[in-house]
Amino acid sequence: MLERAEIIRQEYLRHDKKFPHVWCPGCGNGIVMNALLRAIHHLELPKDNIVLASGIGCSGRLPTYVDFNTIHTTHGRALTFATGVKLAKPQLSVIAVMGDGDATAIGGNHFIHAARRNLNITAIIINNNTYGMTGGQYSPTTPYGSKSTTSVYGHVEHAFNIAELAVVAGASFVARGTVYHANHLNTMIQQAIVKKGFSVVEVISNCHVQHGRRNKLGNAVQMINSFKENAVPVGKAEGMTAADMQGKFTIGVLCDVEKPVSTEEYDRVRQAAQTEASRIAEEKAKNGVKRYEE
Amino acid sequence: MEASEGQKKILLQGNEAIVHGALAAGCRFFAGYPITPASEISEILSVKLPLVGGTFIQMEDEIASMGAIIGASLAGVKSMTATSGPGFSLIQENLGYACITEVPCVIVNVMRGGPSTGLPTNVAQGDVLMARWGTHGDHPIIVLSVSSVSECFSVTIKAFNLSEKFRVPVIILSDEVVAHTRESVILPNQNEIQVFDRITPSVPPEWYKPYAENNRGVPDMAAVGDGYRHHVTGLVHDERGFPTQQPKEVEQFLNRLHNKITKGFSEIVMTKSFEMEDAEVCVIAYGSVARSAMRAVKDARMQGIKAGMVQLVTLFPFPRKVVDSALRQCKAVIIPEMNMGQISREIHRVNQAGTRIIKHNRIDGHLITPSEILKHLISV
Repeated sequence: MLERAEIIRQEYLRHDKKFPHVWCPGCGNGIVMNALLRAIHHLELPKDNIVLASGIGCSGRLPTYVDFNTIHTTHGRALTFATGVKLAKPQLSVIAVMGDGDATAIGGNHFIHAARRNLNITAIIINNNTYGMTGGQYSPTTPYGSKSTTSVYGHVEHAFNIAELAVVAGASFVARGTVYHANHLNTMIQQAIVKKGFSVVEVISNCHVQHGRRNKLGNAVQMINSFKENAVPVGKAEGMTAADMQGKFTIGVLCDVEKPVSTEEYDRVRQAAQTEASRIAEEKAKNGVKRYEE
Repeated sequence: MEASEGQKKILLQGNEAIVHGALAAGCRFFAGYPITPASEISEILSVKLPLVGGTFIQMEDEIASMGAIIGASLAGVKSMTATSGPGFSLIQENLGYACITEVPCVIVNVMRGGPSTGLPTNVAQGDVLMARWGTHGDHPIIVLSVSSVSECFSVTIKAFNLSEKFRVPVIILSDEVVAHTRESVILPNQNEIQVFDRITPSVPPEWYKPYAENNRGVPDMAAVGDGYRHHVTGLVHDERGFPTQQPKEVEQFLNRLHNKITKGFSEIVMTKSFEMEDAEVCVIAYGSVARSAMRAVKDARMQGIKAGMVQLVTLFPFPRKVVDSALRQCKAVIIPEMNMGQISREIHRVNQAGTRIIKHNRIDGHLITPSEILKHLISV
């Protein structure tokens, strides 16, 4: 165990001036970063072939610390940059790390369209129910009734269920994990990276400093333990009533379907364009028709 | 003019010529969103890019288009997007990202009447200062304009070359009239076209500093996936690409960002002069208005008026020297624009000689005619 941790530290972390990191003690982001690195290590993916893009916020800082091709983009736009990279160099493994506000508020449109488009990209969304970096304002996943710096009287809006949103938007693979279930998270990230098509891993994480503190959810350990108590494996949840599921959430693979991947589909477009161009050229040669331009 | 061996004389629309220019310059990635009067650029590239092994994608909005072309450019592929006013507003966010991360890319803005949805099918030049200052923060940028179909071709190539050479986004300001005018143009043979590709690092990856100062002020650029793993961020960064708030590093970085454009001034600034040798009065114009100005100058000369014209191809960095000498030479300068006077502000700024400046502004969605300009030439 220690040995593997040491390999990961030496092999994948950037050692030149990038530490200490910006995250608060007890933050779940480190667990997600660790799970991601273990997944990449287990899959034996070459570092040069990995592109890690992020948006803005606490999650946005994650790529800074790891030794891949890293792109810290604008707020909510990580997937748009990832789309450009993937289409330009389809051989690269493109992974986007985002937060809940990042991916589903300002980047919500990009998120659902990336799922619909089904490029071979992996999206990891760290959901801590708040905008941590800017001081704990309510996000699209802040629970109804919760307090935040912009909902001190209790939040009157309803939360997104990110994983289910990804399923209906058309992602090929959708899973949900938590920072408590670290090994499980590592396995699901591996599955997501290997999966052809747009894959999403939503990670339920803790922001005890902003969300937890204002809603009396306890310290980091207590919050992370609550994920253990409230997480219900997908299979088990099927047999449970809505009342039983109150205050709980599912973890595991929510969706795993096969559908054409548009990164590969575009090769067909290129072939179709070639075929059409040669057909026009033949027609021209045969009829002597001068088209305005070839 | 007739096409010589290897050249092609064809009838093209302005938007089509931009496509031809982009492909000739090596553009292999385009992301866009439908908008009048720029849509033809998307449509034609969706046919032509896959033919040359390139990629076309229609994104969910212009914010995404801009993100995608930066992503593709980071992966080493020359990239472009095209839009009009409302989309140009959305592009501004990631345009700033391209400025600070020094990612080459070309943005075409086919100007239409604004503000907001404005006059979607009518001509205007209302986005000139937005092209220069639209994204937040002090930033260097290059803005070029086109006045004819043949310039749509040649200026687009130039835009890609400047973008690659200086690692800066280049904006091409076209307008509805240029975009939809059909003219016959002679396209040069591909081997007559000068194409500049970004300089990639030649040092071993462990020595590579992605944002290090060099004598050009433009760092070598490695593509993601080429073995030069590094960090790209929209935060102000040090020469290794990592965020910094050290005042010295911040200042050094931002100064380099601006200085690289200042150093390249003579190469970036392009103007065209017509009948300026003995001109006593001149028109300074750009875009489709320059065509009307040319006609007006010819007509004025027929009447014995010593008129000339300076056409601005580069709008920013502002062609200060050429404008300054025209201002010193002439007793009056006429500035026709299809806005409330955006370039005339710049001209006022450099008017050290106190030359008489006559603004002519038309904002009704129609092109300024030669006779409108001629009237001014006669009256002075």
